[in-house]
Amino acid sequence: MSGGTAIRSDDATAGSARPRRRLVASPGAWLVWGAVVFFFLNLLGIVGSVLVSSFGQRWFDTWLPDGWTAKWYGQAWGEFALLDVIVVTLQVSLAVVVLSLLVGVPAAYVLARRDFPGKRLAYLVFLLPILMPPITYGIPLATVLYKFGLAGHLSGVVLANLVPSVPFVILTMTPFIEQIDPRIESAARMCGAGLRSVFLRVLAPLLLPGMLASAILVLVRTVGMFELTFLTAGPDSQTLVVALYYSMSAAGIRAQQTVDSMAVIYTSMMLVLLVIGLRYVNPTQLVARVREESDS
Amino acid sequence: MSVTTRRRTSPPGAAPPARAHWRHRLAERGVDRQLWLLAPAVLFVVLLFLYPFFYGLGLSFQPNEGGPFSDYARFFGDAYQRDTMWITLRLALPAALLNVLASVPIAYRMRGRFRGRRLVTVLLVVPITLGTVLTAQGLLNFLGPTGWFNRVLLALHLTDEPVRLVHNYWGVFFSLVITGFPFAFLLVLSYLTGIDPTLERAAATLGAGWWQRFRTITLPLLMPGLATTFCLTFVLAFSVFPSAVLVGNPAGETRVISIAAYQAAYEQYDYPYASAIAMIMGFIELVVISVVLLARTRLYTGSTGGKG
Repeated sequence: MSGGTAIRSDDATAGSARPRRRLVASPGAWLVWGAVVFFFLNLLGIVGSVLVSSFGQRWFDTWLPDGWTAKWYGQAWGEFALLDVIVVTLQVSLAVVVLSLLVGVPAAYVLARRDFPGKRLAYLVFLLPILMPPITYGIPLATVLYKFGLAGHLSGVVLANLVPSVPFVILTMTPFIEQIDPRIESAARMCGAGLRSVFLRVLAPLLLPGMLASAILVLVRTVGMFELTFLTAGPDSQTLVVALYYSMSAAGIRAQQTVDSMAVIYTSMMLVLLVIGLRYVNPTQLVARVREESDS
Repeated sequence: MSVTTRRRTSPPGAAPPARAHWRHRLAERGVDRQLWLLAPAVLFVVLLFLYPFFYGLGLSFQPNEGGPFSDYARFFGDAYQRDTMWITLRLALPAALLNVLASVPIAYRMRGRFRGRRLVTVLLVVPITLGTVLTAQGLLNFLGPTGWFNRVLLALHLTDEPVRLVHNYWGVFFSLVITGFPFAFLLVLSYLTGIDPTLERAAATLGAGWWQRFRTITLPLLMPGLATTFCLTFVLAFSVFPSAVLVGNPAGETRVISIAAYQAAYEQYDYPYASAIAMIMGFIELVVISVVLLARTRLYTGSTGGKG
């Protein structure tokens, strides 16, 4: 008996250690790791060349720029009115996060807890904005928003960005809510709590980590969302990524380096968000939570 | 008594009262009110998604000139516009396929525990957050004729003159891989770790080799996940817009359908035509996705025995 278990555990450790041992020998492993390293080298090159260029004096046909300077940042800051752009970006993102949580969390609660006729239809309708390319619904949406005079302002940008964000909150929150034992709510109700106090005093504290996670995901998505903002923004409601696009497509008038330094500012903003985000979110969750889409 | 109060308070369009019986763990009045929590989200989707969508659909049948279908006829009649469909598919399908197929062996290697696994996954999230615009800027610098990539190739004497990799098909393709691959990889990895490893171990005990185990156990369990991953990466690749403009050749080789739609709306101010193109775009995408999802229903669906 004890001999049998010993063999089994031996087998198990051998099984888990095997991939690492094979790394030395098998050509397949070399190929796989080679591909990963190649991918990361290119990624490093892409991010690094932008970073190096933004600090470079002049960079034409050499490995590295002639000299180093930080003046492009000052120039980009002034030329593109970056302070305004960043303020707009933050305003839009925060408004989208707060509104999408307010709308999405109650809906996620109902979808997680209740069974009702038309639930599958509701799921499908909430999935569609994520499954459709943003340009497809962005153009009719922008047309409608322009008709009602909402596009070209901050409100139009916020409304357009809410379209993929609310379904995203619903999709990420539903599994979170499903994890919470419904008996806790029943107990609270037995003790005389109303719907309001169940939500505020029982569910909200339990859901806080989930809401934080999906808030950060929505924040990252909104700061990075190009198409919808691009279609609905006016001159004074551009977010950073749209301003970056305009400065890139109008390149030639300005030094390449100002565009690069703007890109670096954008990247560092995203990285700060990401670092904050990864404290609360497991990276595989970033995409894995969207798995419910397959059930439609 | 309780039945009558429930009838009275149940809002129109909510669950029929009979359903409330199933949920008697919850207070009866609360059950009826609860469905109203869904109302803001439903209202929101109807107002901001369905209404604009059907408005656009209606608009596409009311062209500025000609009969109801003349804008569609205009699109399919004009080779310059019609080709955008093939250009988009030629970019999006290979990119999505490559992203999914390359993820499988890499995720298969990495599903076990190893040092630095968290680092690798964190590094992979970076390109997702960079977004297409920054990737485009980086690709222009990196892959350009005097960029580091070409310098390395020249230094290694792999090529005599710089390879042209930007402002053509390949620039856009690379940008789709850079942003799409990490997304596909993380999805595939989460599907793979969801498969119970004891199944494979059991097969190994019965004498199955590495390839046999992969082909007859892991792959069939993974296929539905791969189909979903393909759909999601395809959606990402299909809506390519900024990189097609910035690293591609937006007037020719990489004039994707979203550029055609954008130009109709914002350069010619022909909203009916733009809506028609957007509808065609959505239709093509839904066709591809439903083909894949239909094929997926023929695959194994059910528990994979892992963490789920």
